[in-house]
This record gives sequence, C-alpha cells and structure tokens, in this order.
Amino acid sequence: MSIGHTLLGLLESGPRHGYDLKRAFDEHFGQDRPLHYGQVYSTMSRLLKNGLVEVDGVEAGAGPERKRYAITDAGVTDVAQWLSRPEKPEPYLQSTLYTKVVLALMTERNAAELLDTQRAEHLRLMRGLTERKRKGDLADQLICDHALFHLEADLRWLELTAARLDRLAETVRG
Amino acid sequence: MTPAGSLLEAVALHKVYGTTPALDGADFSLHAGEVVAVMGPSGSGKSTLLHVLAGIVRPDSGTVRYGDRELTALNDTARSALRRTDFGFVFQFGQLVPELTCVENVALPLRLNGVRRKEAERQARDWLERLEVEDIRGQRPGEVSGGQGQRVAVARALATRPRVLFADEPTGALDSLNGERVMTLLTDAARDTSAAVVLITHEARVAAHSDREIIVRDGIAREAVGAA
Amino acid sequence: MTLLDERRGGTHPAASGTPAPPAGLAAWARDLGMGLRFAAGGGREGWIRTLLTAVGVALGVVLLLGAASVPQLLQGRDVRGQARQIAADMPVKQSSSSLVAAEADSEFRGTRITGTLVRPDGPDAPAPPGVTALPRPGEMVVSPALKDLLASPDGALLRERLPYRITGTIADTGLVGPNELTYYAGSATLTTETEQGGHRIGSFGIDVGEATPSAILVVLIILACVVLLMPVALFIATAVRFGGELRDRRLAALRLIGADVHMTRRTAAGEALFGSLCGLLLGGLLFLVGRQFTGLVTLWDINAFPSDMTPSPALTVLIALAVPAAAVAVTLVALRGVTIEPLGVVRHATARRRRLWWRIPVPLIGLAMLLLSNRVDEGDAQVNPTVVAGGAVLVLSGITLLLPWTVEAVVARFKGGPVPWQLATRRLQLSSGTAARAVGGITVAVAGAIALQLFFSAVQSDFTSHTGQDSRRAQMSATLPSHDMSTIRKMLKEFRDTRGVRSTIGVIEASVTRPGPLRKGEEFAPSTTLTVGDCASLQELLHTGPCKDGDTFIVTDHTGTADDDYILETARPGASVLFHADPQSGKPVGKPRLWTIPKETRKVRARMDPSGSLAFGIFATPGAVDTSRFHEPTARAMLKVDPSVPDAAEHIRNTAARLDPLMQIITLHHTTRDQQFTSIRTGLLVGSTVTMALIAASMLVSTLEQLRERRRLLSVLVAFGTRRATLAWSVLWQTAVPVLLGLVLAVAGGVALGGGLLRMAGKSTFDWSAIWPLPLAGAGLVLLVTLLSLPPLWRMMRPDGLRSE
Repeated sequence: MSIGHTLLGLLESGPRHGYDLKRAFDEHFGQDRPLHYGQVYSTMSRLLKNGLVEVDGVEAGAGPERKRYAITDAGVTDVAQWLSRPEKPEPYLQSTLYTKVVLALMTERNAAELLDTQRAEHLRLMRGLTERKRKGDLADQLICDHALFHLEADLRWLELTAARLDRLAETVRG
Repeated sequence: MTPAGSLLEAVALHKVYGTTPALDGADFSLHAGEVVAVMGPSGSGKSTLLHVLAGIVRPDSGTVRYGDRELTALNDTARSALRRTDFGFVFQFGQLVPELTCVENVALPLRLNGVRRKEAERQARDWLERLEVEDIRGQRPGEVSGGQGQRVAVARALATRPRVLFADEPTGALDSLNGERVMTLLTDAARDTSAAVVLITHEARVAAHSDREIIVRDGIAREAVGAA
Repeated sequence: MTLLDERRGGTHPAASGTPAPPAGLAAWARDLGMGLRFAAGGGREGWIRTLLTAVGVALGVVLLLGAASVPQLLQGRDVRGQARQIAADMPVKQSSSSLVAAEADSEFRGTRITGTLVRPDGPDAPAPPGVTALPRPGEMVVSPALKDLLASPDGALLRERLPYRITGTIADTGLVGPNELTYYAGSATLTTETEQGGHRIGSFGIDVGEATPSAILVVLIILACVVLLMPVALFIATAVRFGGELRDRRLAALRLIGADVHMTRRTAAGEALFGSLCGLLLGGLLFLVGRQFTGLVTLWDINAFPSDMTPSPALTVLIALAVPAAAVAVTLVALRGVTIEPLGVVRHATARRRRLWWRIPVPLIGLAMLLLSNRVDEGDAQVNPTVVAGGAVLVLSGITLLLPWTVEAVVARFKGGPVPWQLATRRLQLSSGTAARAVGGITVAVAGAIALQLFFSAVQSDFTSHTGQDSRRAQMSATLPSHDMSTIRKMLKEFRDTRGVRSTIGVIEASVTRPGPLRKGEEFAPSTTLTVGDCASLQELLHTGPCKDGDTFIVTDHTGTADDDYILETARPGASVLFHADPQSGKPVGKPRLWTIPKETRKVRARMDPSGSLAFGIFATPGAVDTSRFHEPTARAMLKVDPSVPDAAEHIRNTAARLDPLMQIITLHHTTRDQQFTSIRTGLLVGSTVTMALIAASMLVSTLEQLRERRRLLSVLVAFGTRRATLAWSVLWQTAVPVLLGLVLAVAGGVALGGGLLRMAGKSTFDWSAIWPLPLAGAGLVLLVTLLSLPPLWRMMRPDGLRSE
C-alpha cells in the first residue's frame, strides 16, 4: 500500500496540517496499524521534493511550528493515475483496494470504474489460469484452482463493495 | 477466424419493465465463434440484455443486427424461426420438459426444426454421449442430478448446431466441480462447432472460460477497460 | 381416524426430553385450525385457491339443494293441482252448497290454458282454491299470467275466446306454477246433462291419498338422481383439489419447520374444510337468491313458485354435513399418493400401475343386478328401487373406476408422433390420474344421459311412432257436443266460415244394432257404426268410387284390424238395423226404430281418414237415411287449415269456444310430437350439457393451473423458438385424449346400462339417435376448454417467465 498516494489523496479534499493528515489516515485506513507521526513527515518531505505538494502556510503556536500542506496539480494527476491503475492481482490485496475505493469516493472520482478495471485485470489472470488448467494435469489443476478461488474471493469482495458503494460514500463523506 | 464484421451487434438498447429501466442505452457486439461473458450485479439488466439479443424480447428502442438481418425489425414468427435454427439456449434450471426423457428433450429442438423423430433421437444420443451423459438418456429430468440435467440442457442447446449459444447462469445451480465440468464441456463443444457464446454469469471462475467480458451496470453494457 | 392416528403415534414414541405433542382430538383441532388459518390468511394465492374451491363447491351445492327441493316441488304442485280438481266420479246431491263445474281447457299458440266453467247451485257454493268468490255468469277470475296475456296485444285473439269480464285474480294457492294460464268462468247454462262436462260437486279437490307412482317412473326418478348427482359429487371432489400443487409446496414448508406427516395432512384437510365451508355458505346464498327466479324458468312444462323450491330438511342437513366431510375425505385420499417432504413434494404417480381385476367386476355386478331384477311392466309396481339404484350406481361408478385404468393403459401405448402429440401423451403418461379424474364426471354424466335417453325413447316409442294422421288432408279435428242434427249442421257451417279454414269434412255417427234375439254363442248383440256424410266427406273416409246423394256403402277392413265377420253380422245389404237398442240384449229401447240397408249398397274399401283411423261399418249419404231418427248421434268435424293465414288454429279454437266453451279441439300431426317426450329429451340434453359445462370449468381450472405451474418451462420453450400452434395443439390433445376415451367408455357404459334398463322394462327398441348429441357435446367441450385456455397460454408464453429468478 502506498502511504504517499494515500496522503496525497487525503490532501485533495483540502489543505491539512501534518497532524490532521495522520488523524484522517488513522480514522479511515489505520485500524490495524496507526501511522507514526515521523512517517508523515518523511513522506511529506519526499512529496514536497517531488513537487506533488506545497506548503500552504506556517502557523506559529505554543509548540513547534505547524506547516499546512496542499496538493499541487501534479499531485492530483499522480493520485488519478494511481487510482486508475489496477493492482497486480495477488492475495491480500484488500487493504490497497479498500484504500483506493475510499479515496476515490472522497475525491468524488468514479469508484465503480475503478472496480471494473480491477476486475478486468483479475479476469485476465484467471483466464490464463483456466487455460492452463484445461491443458494441464491434475496437479496443475489443483494449483490453478487454489489461485482461482483466491482471485475469485477478491473479486467477490469487490462486487460486494461495489454494491455497497452508496452507503460507503455516505460514511466517508458524511 | 471470421471477417471483421460482428455476428451480433446491438446499439443503444432501451427496455423498461413497468417503471424500472432494465436496459438504458446498452451496446453490444459479438463476433462469430467467440465466448463473451456478461457480468454485473443482480438486477443490472444482464438477463434482459440476453433476451433482447436473442430476439425473445423486443427492446423499446435500439436495434439488434444479426448477420445482415435486423432482428428488431422481424416479426414474432420470423424471430421464433431464427431462434429455432440459429440460436441455442441454456438456462439455470427448469428448462427440460419434465415428461420427456432426456434423449427426447435433446431431440425436441431438432424435431421443432422438422427433423424426423428417429434421426433427431439418433443425433440427440450423439450429443448426450459427447456431454458424457449417454447413460441417462432414457430417464426423465426429475430422475437425474442437477449436473446431469444441465449437461442435457447444453446438449439440447447445441443439438441444432446454432451459431450463437445463449447461456444464462448455466452453472448457477451447480456445485463447483459440476459447474466447472459443465463449463468446460460447454465451451469445448461450442468452440468445436464454432458457435459463439453469450454467457451470463456473476461468477468470475465461470467468466474465466470466456474470451472477453462485458460488464452491465444500471442497464448499460460496457466493454471491460484494459481487456482485449 | 383419530384412533388410527393414536395407534400410529404409539409405534413411534416421541423423542425423550421434548414435551409430547397434543394427541387425538386436540391435534386434529389444532391442525385443522392451522389449515383454516392458511386458507383464510394465505395471501393472494391462498385466497384464489380458496375462492376456486368455494365457487366450485357452491355450484355443486346449488345443484344438490335444487335436487333436494324436487320432492317438495313435486309435492307442492301435486297438492295444489289436486286441490282444484273436479271430483267427477263422486257426484253430490244438489244443495245450496253445491255447484256444477266442467273442464274447459284450451290451448293458445302452443301454451296450455286450464279453464273451468262453474255454475253454483246456491249461495253457499264453495270457491276453488285461490279464489275468493265464484264468478257470476259472464265473469271470470284469471291467473296473473293469463291476465297479463289478455291485457297484452298478443292476447287480443284469446280475448275473443274468453269474452268474460275479469273480476278477480287467482291467488298462488290456486295455481300449480306462477306462469300458469288458468281461469274460472261463471256459466248460467251449465248442467250435469251438458255434453262433455258438467259435474256436480260439493267442494273442489280430490284426495288421491299417497300417490303410488308407476314403477317405470320410480326407475326413471332414481336414475335421474343418480345420473345428475354423481357428476356433481365428482365435481365437488375435483373442486376441493383445486390449487393442490401450490398447497403441497406450502405444506412442504411446514414440514421444514418441523410438522410431521400427520400434521400436514390434517392441515391440508383444514384448508379443504375451509374452502368447502365457504362453498357451502356461498352455495346456500346462491340458492336462496336463485330460487327467487324460479318462476321465470319453465322446464318440461313445469314452472314453480319460489316457495316450492324448499329443500327437504333432512336432505339439507345431509348436504351440510356430507359436503365438508367429503372435502376432508377427498383431501386425505388425494394426499395418500403424495409424500410431502421438507424440501419438496414427491408424487408416486407412476410408482403403482393401476390394476384391472378389481375394477371390471363393479359394472358387471351392476349390470347383472339390473338384468336379474324383476321386469317392470307398466303399472306393475314390483320393482325394487334399491336394486335398480344400486345396479345403476354400480354401473356408473364402474365406468369411473375403469376410466383411470383405460386412460393409463391406452396412453402408455402411445409412442412418438408429432411434437405436440408427444408432449401431450407424455404428460398424460406421467399423470393420467389427474386427467382421468377431471373426465370422470363427464363420463358419468354422458353415460347416464345416454342410458336415460335410451330408456325414455323406448318407453315412449309406442306413442311416438307414425300416427297415421295425415296433416295434408286436415289439420284440426273437433267432436261436436250436440246430438241435434240441425245444431250439428249449423256448427259445421260455422267452422266452414271461420277465417283460415279451407274446407271441412263433417260426419255424423250413430251406433246401429242387429235386431232379433241373441244367437248361439253370442254374449251380446252385434252392432256397428252408421256414418252419415255428404259425398265429399265420405270420399275422405272411403274409396267410394262414383258417389251421389242417396248412395250407401258397407266397409270391411282389408287391413285386418277390425273383425270383418263381426261387422258383417250387422252390415248386410237388405238387412234391417235397430237405431236404439240395449247394448247387452239387443232388444229395442222404446218403440223399435228400424232402418233397412238398401240392397244396392256397395261394399267398398276404407281409406285412412285424416286423423289416421280407418273407418268401418255402414256409410250413407244424407239422402239415404233420416238422421233425425238417430239415437245420440255424435258429429266429427275435420278442418283443413290455410297455412298462409296466421293464427288460423286460434281462430278455429275461438269459433269452437263460441259454439261451446267445452268443445275439444285436436290438432292433427303427421307424427306425434309428444311434447313431454321432446322436452324430457331436451331437458336431459340441457342437464348433461350443464353438467359437462361444470366439468369443463373444472378442467379449465386445472389446465390453467398446470400451465401456470409450467410458466417458466413455457417461456423456455418459446425462447428456443417453439411455435404457439405447437403448444396449443399439445393442450388440445392433452384435453381431447382423456375426454375421447371417457366418451367411448361413456357410450359403451350408457348403452349397456340403457340396455339393461330396457330389458327390465321389457322393451327392445333402440333409438341410436338418442346417443350422438352427447359425444358431440363432449367434443365441443374439449374445443371450448382449449379455446379458453389459449389466451392465458399466449400470455404465459411471453418471456416474462424467464425473469422469475
């Protein structure tokens, strides 16, 4: 999962402080592993260097000064590209896919399209496996079936998610 | 394998049942001999698309072209005749005539096409053999298992050597192993007879038997991005 | 049932730890109640099913209640009919409370008019039932129907015949039926001496006591009941099964949540019970409403007051108990062949082949009972109704028993054939029972009707053969109520002058006796008829050859019907005959009045007269004999009617009534069209057609049910291009094959039953024309059911059925 793309995506809805970013990330995606504050800073400085974000302003406060980050046009393009690029089908993709779906919804992009694209990618792999199975021996078939069932499980989850997108959108935006 | 032109082509199909739009500007094209999976959530209009493509239901607007004929312009009799000769159908369940034996069920479309009974039943036996259910030919559908019944249905759909086979969730009522076997037999047999297949399914493993897939959502069919 | 249930329960002890379910009556009550709730609250489908059953049962109940009213109907009519009869054979002495009455019936455009002339002897003379005061001379009281007719333009012609002033109407108690045309007219001249009438009575009404109907009538009534009610019973049994498939699925759902087999059966029985109770109520209501309209219907010349349509209380109770009980029984029997499993319904339709051995004896025993029972001759009441009814029921139910076997056996042989035929026969092979049940009713109705018709036509054959009447030579005939020659002549002239009369044949007849003592071997004096008429009239009766006034003829009969020798005892040329003699001894009464038959009298042959009888005896023209010397001559007039004059017959009747209200007019027909026989025949045909229509309705319901159940399959068949015609033909064959088999059995059974009855009645004529309309009606029925199921079939052949996933 790309933290950089995720944070970029979170910035797309408006400029945020670093601490805000961490809170938003944890709220939506960090159920298992909350983000370390240091990770935010190192990621932000990399994004600053690459011109994908800019410093919107600096607030002086009681503690250390707080930078407000905003996404640049290049950053928006980068997020769009990342979202529309299907993930290589492999097991345990759901956290990435989930992040992508949520971000797509938050940034009011077409999440259904994202799912369709991913399904096509999955099916391409599954077709190959099916073809191999057709020609292969029993061992081949069993190995292919294992992969096929996992891939199908991913896709089913995707279908389910797609079917619930409306409710998800309410949660995410609301 | 076939010239560039598509065998079955639908443009801007609209169909409303009551107040619910089932098809809302769907396009579709099928080349001879290819297997196309039609996927999409329940109620998305998959089955309606199949019914319109096969000339069972007339769309409210839009056209379906089959070869050089415009299907949507034909009357019911002509469409029925076309379905008898050029199309074959497999549904999820309840398609075999319960009173007829399996071999008689397979022979039925042939006989509807005017083939004499003896000849029709001979061909039907060949098809049952090919789908590995030759031994149940004298039994009635109620006496055979679901997988056997679906194989009989596939045999019946292919018996007239159709150019397009429409399959609506053909394995929907079967377990994985039987579904797998039926799909393999179906696609093999279809490829052998160079029949194109329109395969409605919501299962990716079934869709994986296709050459490409179409997604139907909210009555609109779209080619999957990045495929092909 | 309950005992059986408990015993079964005992063999399967309840699992320990669970509370024992209620047993026996309590379980029955609970499960029946659940069934009632299912039927009443089962949503739209449940209601449709209940409604179908209820309507079906209701129709049957209406018929049953109607049949239960027949005794009251007939009794009511009999009682009222007898109460107004004139007791002619029990004359009373003249007193202030007696009256003279005479029947003066007539006919108007084919409808019978019951008329009575009355002349009270004193102020205390009783009035007939329904009449408050006897009409005075020149006045009459009429039935409401007759009053309406006379007031209408149609009745103007009749008004001429009944010129009396209407002073009142007859109340219902004085009428047999509401549509009856009846009048009582006052007369100033009526005496007991009046020709053709005039009886002195002290009160109206005769007491014939408990009427013993003729044996043949008893047989007919028993048969009619059996024939009409068996299909009704079968129909009710079918109606209870309406929607059975749907119910079975619901019961399967019950099984899934833990109901056992007995519980589901009782629940099903409860549903059937509810349907039949609704049907009973609905039927009762329909009957109550329907009886208000009984007056509008005239069947077999019978027309009744609503109050006559009162079912006998015992039969009503029987119906009210038997219908629901039968519904429950039928349901339980029907469920015997079905195993309701939690996940679906298994039918053992093909598991057990039907056996023939126990079916064959039933109709045979029935036939044997009929053949071995006593012969019924007319008037002979030595018939045992139980045997006849039992025999008929056995034959008819034997047919219904044979039907399922026949359908199964025949259908099993069908192989191949065109696609529609194959679809139909395969369906029948799989479930021949359903088809046979539906057709069973038709078979019984048709077989019974055929048997009845055969019986009727044979019983009536004596009266319906060619009458010999020649309606080309004369169309009406009247016997003139006068012995007075000048009056007779005047009357004949009146007829001649009536509008629509082309010509008249008039003759005067008297009896003549051979004078002298009885000869050896004679028990009474020989006599013959002397007929006097002009040449033109005589030529209608005799092959006179050349005829002039003054000629006389003697007629012997070349056909051998009459005894020539006996005629010739009296009628010899040159011999004398006596006009007025004691019929026993032949001695003259008073001063002997003799006439000598002229020597030159010719012997000629008789000719069939227009009324179909052959004259014999002595014939004379008016110049040969002085008719004024005749003792009690009678005159006959035969009238040739101009067919182009409308209502000629009514004009003639008017003339007759003007001459004498008591004069009888007879219409001559080429053949006797016995009105009653024709109407019985029509009635039977109508009755069996109605029964068949009822059965058609139930066949239609089951066909539609079957189609609806196969909606998806139909859509699939349409998907792969099946023509509508293919499916329509398959529906037709599916209906036609069992009906055809049923009709074949029905004809065979009907002929056998009819034959048995005929033998019992000692008749042998067989009227095949009685048979063919019924199979024809059956065929029409098949077409009707098919036609009616086509629109729903078309509708179900739409691809919508594919969408029900």
